[in-house]
Amino acid sequence: MKVRKFITIAAVSLALTVAGSSAFAGKVKLVGSGASFPYPIYSTWFSQFSKANSGIQVNYQSKGSGAGIRDFLNGVVDFAASDAAMKEEEMAKVKDGVQLLPMTAGEVVLAYNLKGVKDLKLSRKAYTGIFLGKVKTWNDPLIADANPGMKLPATPITVVARADSSGTTYVLTKHLSAISPEFAEKVGVAKQPSWPTDINMIKSPKNAGVNASIKRATGAIGYTEYAYARMAKLNMVSLENKEGSYVAPGLTGGQAALANVEIPENMIAWVSDPAGKDSYPIATYTWMIFHKKYADAGKARVLRKMVNYCLDNGQAIADQMGYIPLPANVIAQVKVAAENIK
Amino acid sequence: MAAENREESILPHAETLAAPPTTVDKIFDKCFRTLTLVFTWATVLLLAFIVFRIGGQALPAIKEYGLGLLVSSDWDVNNNQFGIWPQIWGTLYSSLLALVLGGFFGITIAIFLTQDFLPHKLEIILKNIVELLAAIPSVVYGLWGIYVLIPILQPTADKLHSSFGWFPLFSTSFSGFGMFSAALVLSIMILPTIAAISQDALRAVPGKTKEAAFGMGTTRWEAILRVILPTASGGISGALVLGLGRALGETMALAMLVGNSATVSLSLFSPASTLAALLALNFPEADLNQTGVLMYAACTLLLITLVVNMLGTLIISTTTTKGGER
Repeated sequence: MKVRKFITIAAVSLALTVAGSSAFAGKVKLVGSGASFPYPIYSTWFSQFSKANSGIQVNYQSKGSGAGIRDFLNGVVDFAASDAAMKEEEMAKVKDGVQLLPMTAGEVVLAYNLKGVKDLKLSRKAYTGIFLGKVKTWNDPLIADANPGMKLPATPITVVARADSSGTTYVLTKHLSAISPEFAEKVGVAKQPSWPTDINMIKSPKNAGVNASIKRATGAIGYTEYAYARMAKLNMVSLENKEGSYVAPGLTGGQAALANVEIPENMIAWVSDPAGKDSYPIATYTWMIFHKKYADAGKARVLRKMVNYCLDNGQAIADQMGYIPLPANVIAQVKVAAENIK
Repeated sequence: MAAENREESILPHAETLAAPPTTVDKIFDKCFRTLTLVFTWATVLLLAFIVFRIGGQALPAIKEYGLGLLVSSDWDVNNNQFGIWPQIWGTLYSSLLALVLGGFFGITIAIFLTQDFLPHKLEIILKNIVELLAAIPSVVYGLWGIYVLIPILQPTADKLHSSFGWFPLFSTSFSGFGMFSAALVLSIMILPTIAAISQDALRAVPGKTKEAAFGMGTTRWEAILRVILPTASGGISGALVLGLGRALGETMALAMLVGNSATVSLSLFSPASTLAALLALNFPEADLNQTGVLMYAACTLLLITLVVNMLGTLIISTTTTKGGER
């Protein structure tokens, strides 16, 4: 009896395995990994793309920009994604060349948790002061000056930063270094900077972890990606931009910021301190990274198809997900560059 | 019917029970022995292999940074400066705090559930509920800490800091993330381990010992505290050591709650960092040089756990021989 039962089970499972593998045979599976910053929109794009094209599966893991680049260099993934683009020496390691394509853009926001305080504004001096550990309490005159009539408590400021190496941190420190020579000298641009030691700081893993910490810690301020902050319903700061006006994070501020940036040939453009009265000051493109030459021409074709899908159909949902749609001229540029993927 | 069948089946086969093992039995026995032997050695080899690989990858970092890494507190990836003293401190401090709290409550629960305070059925239900705590994933503990525990702790912590700020344990303001919340969650996580093993140890105390104590005229509490607990002390210290081992290696819940700031402070309210959290947070993006340093940190954690376990075994062996002599 037992033996017969066993044989039946074995036969059924064998049949299932065979059926399963034959079903997979017609499929193209793309694997990517990298930045967590654009993960919400990428995962939506990829699932819609798979639905629209049966037989194509895209598996994207949000491990972090650095991990994505390493996977790409090790040949573990078909494409990578990074908020910090790619270093020259990393690009040099890729045989047959590498093609970076900006796919969407986002804003890095400062979010805070302070009872009874809404619509906070921070001047450039105030927020660089906070990240240098010089502005230590919420009633600091530098904060009060930009917020006349607001009742600010004497609560100590707890700064929430990323515990892991992160593209979001890179974008923030790039902006802070661009506007403050002191920050550039003391901290500098890095994915995992060494923050001043006298700062009252807690560190949390990933965008989601930073959000949870800001939400929970009293008197906290931290930096996070706009889409994540909006999802977590955090209070966000309006920041003083290059022209001295205060701009809240959102679509209009982001589009204004991107409109002032030219994309060069290698497709790596930084928006570290955009000009323009309506520009939100901390915005960035985020890139997908491809080989210029794939051994499997079919795969390259599917990858090009995916890029075009994200550019044509994907941009429409960018705003609703908290990202900035690419300007029309940039989309045209990216489409031309995407032809390099072969 | 069934009873008759059984009788029939036992009697005629009674002779065969005493028969010498057949060749099949022998082969089966031999295979089984070999298999268990192979698996036992495989476990040992696996551990050796893990230590070898971690040690091998840590070697360049050990050569470059030496023992200085253990006492330095700079962590600057961009200038290749590393130090893990705050993490070592945080690991030991959080684990000890958790051990004190979790140990106290774990042993209390064990006494309550084994010394006939409750009807037997209720005891079993409660025992299972406590053991269920061990099945909750670490991440869930972390989230629970963030969304439930911190808001509860916040008012108390604020009061303690404003009234007793001069006392080293309360000397910094509490943002919610730090040693206090981390150690509390950690103590809940090690509670089921300590409670379960302590219960086994207390149950193993012979009933006669207890009766003898009562016979000498002790009260119930005297019997528990002076006779039963000391007799079970070997098993209970084993429980504490296992609990401490779990606390030292706990990663995710701590990474979410401890604040991950390289601070060395006695204050319960200060953010801190632990070795396991450092490893988990930095590995995904580490370059080759940093990987070496992280492996070095992993070796340190391994060594700390080893020393703790050895000390624990030593304590158990000394206390149990004492018990035997008595």
